[in-house]
Amino acid sequence: MVIGLGHYLTVAAVLFTLGVFGIFINRKNVIVILMSIELILLAVNINMVAFSTHLNDIVGQVFAMLILTVAAAEAAIGLAILVVFFRNRGSIAVEDVNMMRG
Amino acid sequence: MRLELSMTVTAAFFYLFATITIASGFMVIASRNPVQSVLFLILAFVNAAGLFLLMGAEFLAMILVIVYVGAVAVLFLFVVMMLDVDFAALRQGFLQYLPIGGLIGLILLLELILVVGTYTIDPGLVRSPQVPIPSADVMTNTEAIGQVLYTRYFYFFQAAGLILLVAMIGAIVLTLRERVGVRRQDISKQNARTQETAVEVRKVPFRQGI
Repeated sequence: MVIGLGHYLTVAAVLFTLGVFGIFINRKNVIVILMSIELILLAVNINMVAFSTHLNDIVGQVFAMLILTVAAAEAAIGLAILVVFFRNRGSIAVEDVNMMRG
Repeated sequence: MRLELSMTVTAAFFYLFATITIASGFMVIASRNPVQSVLFLILAFVNAAGLFLLMGAEFLAMILVIVYVGAVAVLFLFVVMMLDVDFAALRQGFLQYLPIGGLIGLILLLELILVVGTYTIDPGLVRSPQVPIPSADVMTNTEAIGQVLYTRYFYFFQAAGLILLVAMIGAIVLTLRERVGVRRQDISKQNARTQETAVEVRKVPFRQGI
């Protein structure tokens, strides 16, 4: 029973799908949408590391670290926007976001 | 040092970590309470770190635990608990989007599984690795990443630092607010005071007061 590249890619694919699915069904809850984006980025990271270790090239791990950085920055900015939005509106429903009618 | 596990033990650990990761990933999006969602997100991250360990990327596994579990997930938990949101109202319309979301998710999953299951890497197309991973008894994973990251990909490293700086400044600028009616210490205003503006000398008439 050898665990190969395909196994890890399957896990990442399922995780990615769960993230996309979470964005679709939690249309109103921004916090869960942000968490779904984190899941998607985690799936991407698993892909990166799986290819890196199976093709014996460490560059993939370097770029996985950069993805991690971007994910952390995205979470910080997203939650800051969420806090400001909640302060202004008293709600975090995505459907209320069109207040500026842009 | 990389732990040399037998094939069966590796497979068992892979299935353990993979199952828990996917199950907790599902619970993140299906859980009623966002606090539970965050806790399941932490569980998913920890088990993904286990997967990284199995693949031999020890440094990234530890970074995942430190950055995601230690910082990002705690930030999420902090915001979820700080905002007083009526989460029951946000669950309205959950079933409304379930069919179309489920359909799209299913199609996406099928396509991804088909791609993953049917492709093979053509050995002729695989280039020789840019930077081969050194053997574990020559160099640790952390050292190997460091030797590449600080030399060859140094500009990427600095760009990552710049992204974090922008994120930090952005988060501060967004959430900082000037409250009225709060007495804050304003050092420049304090330093700008002179004796003439601060102290008023009056000639007080005898037995009258001001």
